[in-house]
Amino acid sequence: MNSSEVNVPSLMNGLKSIIRRDLLLAWKRPGDVLNPLFFFAMVSTLFPLAVGPAAEQLAISGPGVLWVAALLAALLSLNGLFLSDFEDGSLDQIILSPQPLPLLALGKSIAHWLVSGLPLVMVSPLIALTFRMPAEAVDVLMLTLALGTISLSLLGSIGAALTVGLNRGNALLSLLILPLAMPVLIFGARTVALAASDDAVAAGIYFLAAYCMLALSLAPFATAAALKISNE
Amino acid sequence: MWKILQKLASPPHFYQLAAKIIPWLAVSALLLITYGTVAGLFFAPADYQQGDAFRIIYVHVPAAYLSMLAYSVMAISAGIGLIWRMKLAHAVAAGAAPLGAWFTFLALATGSIWGRPMWGTWWEWGDPRLTSELIMLFLYFGYMALRAAIDDTQKADRAGAILALVGAVNVPIIHFSVEWWSSLHQGPTLVREGGPAIVPAMLYPLLAMIFGFSLLFGALLLSRVRTEVLYRERRSRWVRNLLLSSEESH
Repeated sequence: MNSSEVNVPSLMNGLKSIIRRDLLLAWKRPGDVLNPLFFFAMVSTLFPLAVGPAAEQLAISGPGVLWVAALLAALLSLNGLFLSDFEDGSLDQIILSPQPLPLLALGKSIAHWLVSGLPLVMVSPLIALTFRMPAEAVDVLMLTLALGTISLSLLGSIGAALTVGLNRGNALLSLLILPLAMPVLIFGARTVALAASDDAVAAGIYFLAAYCMLALSLAPFATAAALKISNE
Repeated sequence: MWKILQKLASPPHFYQLAAKIIPWLAVSALLLITYGTVAGLFFAPADYQQGDAFRIIYVHVPAAYLSMLAYSVMAISAGIGLIWRMKLAHAVAAGAAPLGAWFTFLALATGSIWGRPMWGTWWEWGDPRLTSELIMLFLYFGYMALRAAIDDTQKADRAGAILALVGAVNVPIIHFSVEWWSSLHQGPTLVREGGPAIVPAMLYPLLAMIFGFSLLFGALLLSRVRTEVLYRERRSRWVRNLLLSSEESH
């Protein structure tokens, strides 16, 4: 059969179908979605318990604590990004499919953000309230977290792709991704802290948005290349 | 031109050539570092603000510079190895990582020792260059850990290359972070408009140290890559012939 005769779905359909598939898989296994959320809430609870309930102290450490907790929660969920696909062989099918692999990698990252990043952004105001964060800062927190978690889903997909077949993948993934994620953490947490003290926040938001665009345009290619290497 | 490159990249040829280059690099590195150390520590005038404490720049600045240069060497050769599937380039990347990590550590350690009398603290989180140098060290660790976790050398080469290239995005952020964040760290002294803001008696030893460290890095890198090549080609004929001929000569 000539390959040109094969009915290949359009790029957009390919992207949509992989997102739909991953969302469906997440729906069937709600634990995978909820665990990072509980983790996020729990780590945020640990800090007040550790440093004491003084309101001023919580207001100062709040942005940083929330951002660190969000970063760790995102990392926790990243480990499984390609794992089940690798184990049941569907990763081979994804790599062999006629659609360009970077596009499918982008689709997996989008789906990952929808099930892990977005809920985190939605829950963050609740936790921010317990840290006595002012209302304007909560808006900034949600915006920076949204931009930051998109970047993390994309960056993390590179790490997840590089470590997918390895035995000690879990700890290694954190070691690879955390240093790359630090600029996001620095700008995210600093911007929220600035917002909490009524300062100008535009610069930090622009940086996060730029970083997000950079990750959106480059990370899928790196992920695709890494997937091919890990899965050979 | 292409032919010369191809010949250069062939492991046996590289192995012989590197053996000839290494002594030259090592001797000139030794000369430059000796001059830089003596002139920097004994003959350069003391700083009007920092006194003699500034003299640590003769180790700190070259080490910090090399930590970035080593990363660029690692990322560029990893990229070359990935694109043109050149085995030697991967060996260079693998050899540059531990050296870069050591230079990064040296830059952090000397920066911290300098910070004690100058800032009154061993570590200043408010300083972006110190922080990004630390991130640099973690990037090296991540690269080496990924390589160590993959048993197959070729797979480790290519996975590491992707990580090195992704991490290379971080190198410009480190370099320009001085301008990005306001900080306690000194602004750029050497590369700036209006020429270097440093007297020649202080400058020349520093330049000598920077070049000396770079040559030392070159010599160490080449000898690491030689070992790496020997290990990777351990089953090939030329390595066997090399071993046989060296046994005969004894």
